[in-house]
Amino acid sequence: MSNLLEVHKVVKRYGNYVALNEVSLNVPKGSIYGLLGPNGAGKTSLIRIINQITLPDSGEVTLDGEKLQPKHVQTIGYLPEERGLYSSMKVGEQCLYLAQMKGLSKAEAKKQLDFWFDRLGIQGWWNKKIQELSKGMAQKIQFVVCVLHKPKLLIFDEPFSGFDPVNANIIKDEILALKEQGSTIIFSTHRMESVEELCDHIALIHKSNKLIEGKVSDVKREFKTNSFEVGILTNNVEGLVYDITQKFTVSPANFKSLNDDLKLNIQIGNAMPNELLHLLTQRGQVTHFVENIPSVNDIFIQTVTS
Amino acid sequence: MSIISLIIKREFIAKVRNKSFVVMTFLSPLLFVAIAVFIGYLSSMKAETKRIAIHDETGIFAADFLKENKKGTEFRYLNLSEIDLKALKDSITKENFSGLIVIPKTKHSKDLESKIEFISNNSPSISFVENTQDIIASKITKLNLEEAELDTLAIKKAQSNVNIHLIKASGEESRKGLNEIKIGIGGAFGYLIMMFIIIYGNMVMRSVIEEKTNRIIEIIISSVKPFQLMIGKIVGTSLAGILQFVIWAIIGLGLMFAASVFFGVNVGSGSTLPPVLMQSMGHNFSEMMQIGLSEAWNLPIASILIGFIIYFIGGYFLYSSFYAAIGAAVDNQTDSQQFLLPIIMPLILSVYIGFFTVVNDPHGSVAVIFSMIPLTSPIVMLMRLPFGVPWWQIVISVSLLFATFFLVVWFAAKIYRVGILMYGKKPTWKELYKWLKY
Repeated sequence: MSNLLEVHKVVKRYGNYVALNEVSLNVPKGSIYGLLGPNGAGKTSLIRIINQITLPDSGEVTLDGEKLQPKHVQTIGYLPEERGLYSSMKVGEQCLYLAQMKGLSKAEAKKQLDFWFDRLGIQGWWNKKIQELSKGMAQKIQFVVCVLHKPKLLIFDEPFSGFDPVNANIIKDEILALKEQGSTIIFSTHRMESVEELCDHIALIHKSNKLIEGKVSDVKREFKTNSFEVGILTNNVEGLVYDITQKFTVSPANFKSLNDDLKLNIQIGNAMPNELLHLLTQRGQVTHFVENIPSVNDIFIQTVTS
Repeated sequence: MSIISLIIKREFIAKVRNKSFVVMTFLSPLLFVAIAVFIGYLSSMKAETKRIAIHDETGIFAADFLKENKKGTEFRYLNLSEIDLKALKDSITKENFSGLIVIPKTKHSKDLESKIEFISNNSPSISFVENTQDIIASKITKLNLEEAELDTLAIKKAQSNVNIHLIKASGEESRKGLNEIKIGIGGAFGYLIMMFIIIYGNMVMRSVIEEKTNRIIEIIISSVKPFQLMIGKIVGTSLAGILQFVIWAIIGLGLMFAASVFFGVNVGSGSTLPPVLMQSMGHNFSEMMQIGLSEAWNLPIASILIGFIIYFIGGYFLYSSFYAAIGAAVDNQTDSQQFLLPIIMPLILSVYIGFFTVVNDPHGSVAVIFSMIPLTSPIVMLMRLPFGVPWWQIVISVSLLFATFFLVVWFAAKIYRVGILMYGKKPTWKELYKWLKY
């Protein structure tokens, strides 16, 4: 799969403070790419560079193989974390204005707006002023403005903040639909469960440096500890534990089960899972056998705190 | 280019649709005319005559004061030399009279010079005191001349009254009174530029702050360059401003006309002249008006108008980019005060220089220097223009103005670019300097 966006050794300084230290990213075409990192890591700085709001001090960004240039703003849609619209302007006029700024003709903008307003069920808002809308309603308008010009690259910074669960779901579905249609999506958030649900690639930026990047499955593979969660029914607990501790590291586990079984976390190191399974089946009835796969949340916390 | 025109259009429409803009546009001329009519009405009322008592122990001066009564001023002099001085002083405190002039008897008229008193409850106006002094002084002078046995008629004859004709080297003759017209035109244009800068510069600043507080700025900036946004804002706002000015002028003139016809009030100060006086100088006056008008046409109208347009554009753009940069740097209007002062100062300075220095000496070194300095030149040079300015000075002044304008726009755009994305902190001058290097 080729990359839509490549960030190559980008450096950004504000005075003496280094916001981005030779950060390189590769965002594959058609992916949902999670840009993670704690507050102040440099995510917004990077997003602003991609949007050409600020320029990098050194390094290069290419979009579709071309060096980033002013015309590319028309192929990017950006939903910033700090939301806002002209509060005293009417919804329709405002959307038309912002769409025309992204290079759409007035007629085309109108057509797209009708489509999206219809799709999100907000046709009646055309002549309302933003100040008459609730926060969540205004967020919907902003989402529409962001995707209106059918950008190749969409950048969402905390897209779900301010939405109730129902609307958050609607937006989530729209994001997935956009991906289906071939858009590439960069997704910056602190909500790990939505990363888990949506992203196929992630990158983690911490203290101005990129620490992790790759496919979610690859990253998880890299971070897995080769440990298994085991539930077993046995009469001879001491014997079993003794047997296992000869070969593996054992610690108590905690999970829900219907049986009154022994719950263990077993670290098998380089051994094959079947070795463990073989040992277990000899000693009792196995009721639970699951590999411990680290969640994105675990990986995040582990990387940031270490 | 089309993006800039899009921004200009939006800014213009947003300004014009604003309720306060609409209200201001149509209410201000009404208010202005109402005030003018009110003032005209007040001044057309007969001023209350003030009775001034004269206690003249010499018996020489009273007659000269009584002559003044015929001139129809607001003062009415009464010769009360017969009445006891103490009783007169009492009646002043009882407010039967506004004042009392006491002229004591002295051996020699020369001694009188410092002995005359004016007693009143309220201090008199300077013009009244000067007038009184003049009346007495000329009488004493006359007496002195007579005493010295000099022929007053011969002296009067011998006195000359010189009237210099002002002719420019280029050949055109100018007349007295023309200077006032020149000052009037230059001053009006200079003042107009200052008002425009202050009102609409502020509007630019407010609209930048609005975008910041609305947090829409990041969306806009991801589609257009900050520089385009800034220029679009400044142009859009100024177009709205020009529209407002034009509406004001039309409504104002119309209302003035209507008011003067309807109320029969000569709006302005013309009506304060008593009718007798108007008649006596009637012929003279209309002639003067005609001369004034024809002379005004002889002024370098074209160069004044072109100068006005050039300096208006240069000056307004220069100052509004300052305003835009300040708006970008701060979060709310109260924070803008510390940065606004250095901008307002040169504006006020140039108006003062215009009205004091240029009026006295349009080609003096102070006037020339300040008509070169870009921050003051739009106003000072404009006030100098009607007096005729050498072309090389205009060239230097205009090129300096536009060079500075481009420099300032460049700096302002940098501050703007960084400032609009900075939230929640009141920047210091030092930080602004740092932003230039980002």
